[in-house]
Amino acid sequence: MTAMISIHEVQETVRMISEANLDVRTITMGINLADCADADYNAFCGKIYDKITRKAERLVQVGDDISREYGVPVVNKRISVTPIAIAASGCRCEDYAEAARALDRAAEATGVNFIGGFSALVHKGITPEDRKLLDSIPPALAETERVCSSVNVASTRSGINMNAVNAVARIALDTARLTSERDSIGCAKFVVFCNAVEDNPFMAGAFHGIGEGECAINVGVSGPGAVKRALESVRGADFETLCETVKRTAFKITRVGQLVAQEASRRLGVPFGVIDLSLAPTPAMGDSIAEILREMGLEHPGAPGTTAAIAILNDNVKKGGVMASSYVGGLSGAFIPVSEDHGMIEAVLAGALSLEKLEAMTCVCSVGLDMIAIPGDTPVETLSGIIADEMAIGMINNKTTAVRIIPVTGKKVGDMAEFGGLLGSAPVMEVNRFCCADFVRRGGRIPAPIHSFRN
Amino acid sequence: MKGIVTVLGKDSVGIIAKICSYMSEKNVNVLDIAQTIVGGYFNMMMVVDLSDSPEPLASLAVGLETLGRDIGVVVRLQHEDIFNAMHRI
Repeated sequence: MTAMISIHEVQETVRMISEANLDVRTITMGINLADCADADYNAFCGKIYDKITRKAERLVQVGDDISREYGVPVVNKRISVTPIAIAASGCRCEDYAEAARALDRAAEATGVNFIGGFSALVHKGITPEDRKLLDSIPPALAETERVCSSVNVASTRSGINMNAVNAVARIALDTARLTSERDSIGCAKFVVFCNAVEDNPFMAGAFHGIGEGECAINVGVSGPGAVKRALESVRGADFETLCETVKRTAFKITRVGQLVAQEASRRLGVPFGVIDLSLAPTPAMGDSIAEILREMGLEHPGAPGTTAAIAILNDNVKKGGVMASSYVGGLSGAFIPVSEDHGMIEAVLAGALSLEKLEAMTCVCSVGLDMIAIPGDTPVETLSGIIADEMAIGMINNKTTAVRIIPVTGKKVGDMAEFGGLLGSAPVMEVNRFCCADFVRRGGRIPAPIHSFRN
Repeated sequence: MKGIVTVLGKDSVGIIAKICSYMSEKNVNVLDIAQTIVGGYFNMMMVVDLSDSPEPLASLAVGLETLGRDIGVVVRLQHEDIFNAMHRI
């Protein structure tokens, strides 16, 4: 030991874990599937199953061992793979449903709870293979348990592919209908991105990017409860103190993630990729972003000041976290999924938080419109409009934005959608009822934005 | 390899003795002990050397947890690196 750890430091760590829900949210193994290419579709499916189960054979065991030895929960063990639209592009086949089933079986065999990468990158154009993948998404998400899908429809460098936006809006509605008996849960496993990142460990948007190596360990840290607890001790203090407290806590949280990532990497013999510095809530009490915002002085998230508050939180988590890790990447922002955060649900029910305010929050906070339930009869054009708005925020601001929205079949404003487990439950929120059909139906591409004259 | 044992619970006779005899049974060497009692609550930390123990850390941790439950306190054993990582640059 360098300088002897004091009993107070030990107690602080123990309390952060036992009372403030500090945990490592996910160890995600990224696996390259490009070498599984085969014209024979069944052979391809066999190869991806074999490769994933071989590479990730010990992932869950190692995650659990580390958790026991360091005394910190490692909540999820997950896998991300090369976007299937690319990996499977050489296959002679009609659709990619069997590939999705192979991924699902591989996830089950390795014991991970999600596998991401049933994905396509179509921000500039849609290849015939991309089209096949897009068409396969609704049945794949309905038939599989663990497979997650994402589609990148926009980027700062290439603009917004509005044809793709319209396609994914339709996919979301179809997926919702196919999984209507479970409150359209299929949509909880589907994300639309602008500027998707290649090393994201968080679901549902994780995939192993084409610039990545053969295999990598990416770790997502968490700990909103620890930040909230720290802020309780500086109640009423000025913004300097507030920010310093968030930074210090984020540093400590991230160091735990870095330790776990390096240890997992060493034991699995797989290179360490990145730490994703995100504050990710769960439906549990004391594990909520909304509780942090309330502790900062807002009656409810959504009150005036919320965008400033989330900006401060996000920025200081990064400032504290960056020094704690040798490689930072992924999404690295504050997550504000409505269904996975009891305080966000309360804010919606209280009438404090609207879709529009959530959209404003995503301008300063990485992740986008996340786990938001809307009426199942929302017109497809309106859904396209919501997605286009969120993509425009990402495109113009040179950041990642995402939409994971659930048009819950058969439910209307005020109903609750129940997804269960970590996905939680969500009140169906009101959507602006005015029409944007003539706008989104124009189709084609929105050109890339200018990046000088930045006012 | 070093570990940190923490004990938290209502103060009573023999807590340290029981934990230390478990340590000696498992050939774990106690290097340092610090403790505080606040409002009748017993807070202890031990730095222990696990290098010569025949049992792996994870199973020692489970054993201590069980022992803690028997004597009415919460006992944890964690690899020291988590504390070093969090509190030392």
